[in-house]
Amino acid sequence: MARTKPNRKTHRDDAQHVSFLRHRNFRYLKLAMLISIVAIIAYFFVDPTPRHNGGTWYGYTLGTIGAGLIVWLTLLGIRKRAITQGAWSLKAWTSAHVYLGLSLLVIATLHTGFQFGWNVHTLAYTLMMIVIISGAFGIYFYSNVPRMMSENRADNTQQEMIAELNAIDAQLEDAARPLSAQYVSEVQRAINDTKITGGLFTRLSGRVNKCASMRALSRLRAVTEGSTTSVDEAGEDLGSVISILDRKSVMLNRVRRHIRYKTLLELWLYVHVPFTIFLLGALTAHILSVFFYW
Amino acid sequence: MGQVYKIAVVGSGPAGLSAAVHAAKLGLPHVLLEKTDHLSDTIYKYQRGKYVMATPDVLVLRSDTSFQAGTREEILGVWDNECEFHQTNVQLNADVQKITGEKGNFTIQTAAGDTILAEHVILAIGTQGNPNTMRCPGGDMPFIQYQLDDPKEYFDENIVVVGGGDAGIENALGLADDPGQGNNVTLLQRSDGFPRSKPANVALLESAKAQGKLDFLTGTTPVKVEPGVLTVETPDGQADLPVDRIIARLGSAPPRKFVESIGIEFGGPDRDALPVLSEVFESSVPGVFVVGALAGYPLIKHCTNQGYDVVEFINGNTELKPADEPILRDIFDGLPGEYEVSDWLEILRNKVDIFKDVSVLQLREFMLESTMHYKKKGEVVFERNALGDSLFAVVGGTVNVEINPADTSIVVPLGDGEIFGEIGLISGRRRGATIRAGAPSILVEMPARAAKKLIATTPAVKRAVDDIATERQIKQIFGNDISPEWIDRLKATAELLQLKAGETIIQEGDVSTDVFIIRSGSVIVEKNIGGKEIFLSYVAAGAFIGEMALFEEGKRTATVRTTIKSEVIKLPGDIFSAMMDERPMIRKRIEETIAARREVNSFIESQKSGFGSVVDLYSSVANFLLEEGLGEATDALLIDESLCVGCDNCEVACAETHLGISRLDREAGKTYANIHVPTSCRHCEHPHCMGDCPPDAIRRAPDGEVFINETCIGCGNCQRNCPYGVIQMDRVPPKKPGLLQWLLFGAGPGPGQADKAWVNKVATEAEKTGMKVAVKCDMCKGIKGGPACVRACPTGAAIRVSPEQYLNVAQRKGSV
Repeated sequence: MARTKPNRKTHRDDAQHVSFLRHRNFRYLKLAMLISIVAIIAYFFVDPTPRHNGGTWYGYTLGTIGAGLIVWLTLLGIRKRAITQGAWSLKAWTSAHVYLGLSLLVIATLHTGFQFGWNVHTLAYTLMMIVIISGAFGIYFYSNVPRMMSENRADNTQQEMIAELNAIDAQLEDAARPLSAQYVSEVQRAINDTKITGGLFTRLSGRVNKCASMRALSRLRAVTEGSTTSVDEAGEDLGSVISILDRKSVMLNRVRRHIRYKTLLELWLYVHVPFTIFLLGALTAHILSVFFYW
Repeated sequence: MGQVYKIAVVGSGPAGLSAAVHAAKLGLPHVLLEKTDHLSDTIYKYQRGKYVMATPDVLVLRSDTSFQAGTREEILGVWDNECEFHQTNVQLNADVQKITGEKGNFTIQTAAGDTILAEHVILAIGTQGNPNTMRCPGGDMPFIQYQLDDPKEYFDENIVVVGGGDAGIENALGLADDPGQGNNVTLLQRSDGFPRSKPANVALLESAKAQGKLDFLTGTTPVKVEPGVLTVETPDGQADLPVDRIIARLGSAPPRKFVESIGIEFGGPDRDALPVLSEVFESSVPGVFVVGALAGYPLIKHCTNQGYDVVEFINGNTELKPADEPILRDIFDGLPGEYEVSDWLEILRNKVDIFKDVSVLQLREFMLESTMHYKKKGEVVFERNALGDSLFAVVGGTVNVEINPADTSIVVPLGDGEIFGEIGLISGRRRGATIRAGAPSILVEMPARAAKKLIATTPAVKRAVDDIATERQIKQIFGNDISPEWIDRLKATAELLQLKAGETIIQEGDVSTDVFIIRSGSVIVEKNIGGKEIFLSYVAAGAFIGEMALFEEGKRTATVRTTIKSEVIKLPGDIFSAMMDERPMIRKRIEETIAARREVNSFIESQKSGFGSVVDLYSSVANFLLEEGLGEATDALLIDESLCVGCDNCEVACAETHLGISRLDREAGKTYANIHVPTSCRHCEHPHCMGDCPPDAIRRAPDGEVFINETCIGCGNCQRNCPYGVIQMDRVPPKKPGLLQWLLFGAGPGPGQADKAWVNKVATEAEKTGMKVAVKCDMCKGIKGGPACVRACPTGAAIRVSPEQYLNVAQRKGSV
């Protein structure tokens, strides 16, 4: 009991309703700012000969800090998955990851001494910038998308939404039975050929071109709105099919938006993570070659 | 006639029959008198084909009549044979009317006019004499019956069985068993679960409900009977049930008048009180012995043993120990003093107030489930804020209640016979104070289940516990400035109210100064502002409300209603004012609490024009959370969906920490204003899941975590009883390769709950077909760092909260 009590208290403290960006009153933002400002001031006060570059003592210092940071930032991927005991908080890690990662913009740039060229050193720098910029997108999406996703899905899980779509399809099939053959085949296509989503761009757009359900809806609507003579006898049945299709299109839009949001939340990681691996490779090459030329 | 029997046994139930057969075997002159024309009427009247259980399992059977679990017919057949085999002297149709005389010379008169002479009388008449009747209006309707002989006699009827004891459950099951009979059977049970029924019966009832054979309503009482309609009060309000027949199985009280006419004294005036008996079952009339259900023990196995034992005692065997002796000896083992079990029981009964009216027999049974502690001076019994619900009593020594957490030197000593821990038992909340042995002490600890059973069956115990709890709660709230006289006056006028969810205790605008102490459950305080009920605060058990009116000329400034089923103590306002006038310290204390509440009120008032929508939103979020069951939660997982990126790392962390099965479903569950209540355990104050767990595998840890231990038998009762759907039945998946192996070489399914396909591929046959057990959140009990779901959330969306923290902290934030 005595052992778990203090932990209980810390998890209570962490339970404060604060996002990773505001964690502990921006502790890591402040730390990152401090590091960056010190680095910038030092840059102007240190007078290396012949000029600023990665090879001066100051450049080596920044380089060491930068390389250490990159390795540590990468470890977030392990921390997230290694669910060990102890009073760690992934939120604190994320907060530090974000702000210290951004501080690399200053540290690494100053480390270059603004010397760029077509070489492995600049390659490493470029890869790092891609990782940081993709991370910035991540921050942007993480702070904007969840709210929209939550409101869009209301109380439904993705599985429930898809189950609902299947239920609607079953209703469609029933409701379409009394209709004449041409309409039935239209409804059949709506049931069989509707894709919930497609490739990356389809996912991102949140809509599907030539969606069979949407097309069936607009065609059947056109029928009722056009000449009434030919459809009089099927008017009521057609009406109920249209209203079911209407519900399906609402639900389809919702699922597609849900998938769009999920894609937005994940897509940047498909840049961020592979480029981190490339960066680690380029960074190794960069460090080895520097030592080789020492 | 003329013959004087050594033993006359009245009643041929399991106890009487066993006694008579043993007497026959010993060759003692005896007679067995039976009112009806067959042996063992109670069991004879069981439903045809009823399966009779042989509980408790731990007890050995010693008797010349054998007994093992089987059908009614099998058991009656065996007994008839054994009775004949031992040449037992049975007189059927002998309805005993009167017993007079003294030890060695009793005269027994039957309704038929026979007179029987005996030296000793064994009364084994059971309690079936007078079944309890329905007492609501219309309780005398002709279609109400108190007995069901053959459930196969009824077809196409709406039948309501009232009473969820074993008899009621068995009747309901019998009536609904064959769907061909077309009966529509509903069982009503007054309490929330089935605490007094055999777990196996409850399991059958639940599976019958799951199969749609019958329905049962818990927490439901009949209100009115009219031809064709039974009106009932359910936790959700009144309802009308169509009814052609009511079978009321409401238990029974001892046929006390007859027993008292013999001169036998009872333990108290209560309806359910039992005859006072010595340890050899001798009543206050020397020579008259009482055994079986009338002695307080309704189980067949016990009755059979008692029948044997009592004849041994009468025959001069003073060495015989009851059958449960070795089990009890183990329980008392290790305590100081060279006492026998019987001495310990006597000490318990003499020293501990609440055991005073409990018979030795009942105490024996009760002790089988309890634990004895011996604490050295200074040893902690339990800590403040620990969440335990067992009840303690001081048998010898002293314990100190540390009433002030800031200064542990201020203590209230509790001496011999006093109980403690009762508030935890009643309210389900954390312990209010640390208790430490003040001297070497012997304590008895009664698990909540056993204590609740004792309270339910012995009204005197219920009163004693209620009384002490009320007193302690008054003291805890108003401090020790309150004098014993005032406590007595408050207690004398205190009224205990049982309230359902959503009932109003205080109505804003009413004139009244009564003060309420919340004993169990919780309430919310709301204020009507601009036609809307605005949420002010959540008040949990152990606090009091209504005192504000004492300072506001008696006018209620807010409405208070219960969030869940609650018990509330009502203290009349005038006595309260008088007390405050006499005790300025108490007035000061109450004024202090009021200042804080006033602040909240005026804050809300000030917001109503400018930030009306903020307050409104806060109020509706609070109501949403209470609807989602946070009113009875002690610790729940919430997800702020404005931060949740849907990475499901919380589920991964849960599975990684707990044998590869996630105990939470993040995406499922309701959401309101971005606050999401995922499907995850709320660790309720009075956990529904604990209600009927046959092996008692669901426990509450000292820190409040409700968890399931390894004794789970996989019956699924808890899963069905959980209103929040957070318990699942699952098999433990095979072990996965480590994280690095997955990360570097792609071995195994990766972190989190393994997918079915992988499990099916890797699992051994034993792992695939093993028993499913219940799994639920244990709040990462015993894991350093606390709940993994919260630690593993990358964005701070997942938080664990207790309702008073969340609702009342959020309120302060409401000003932001």
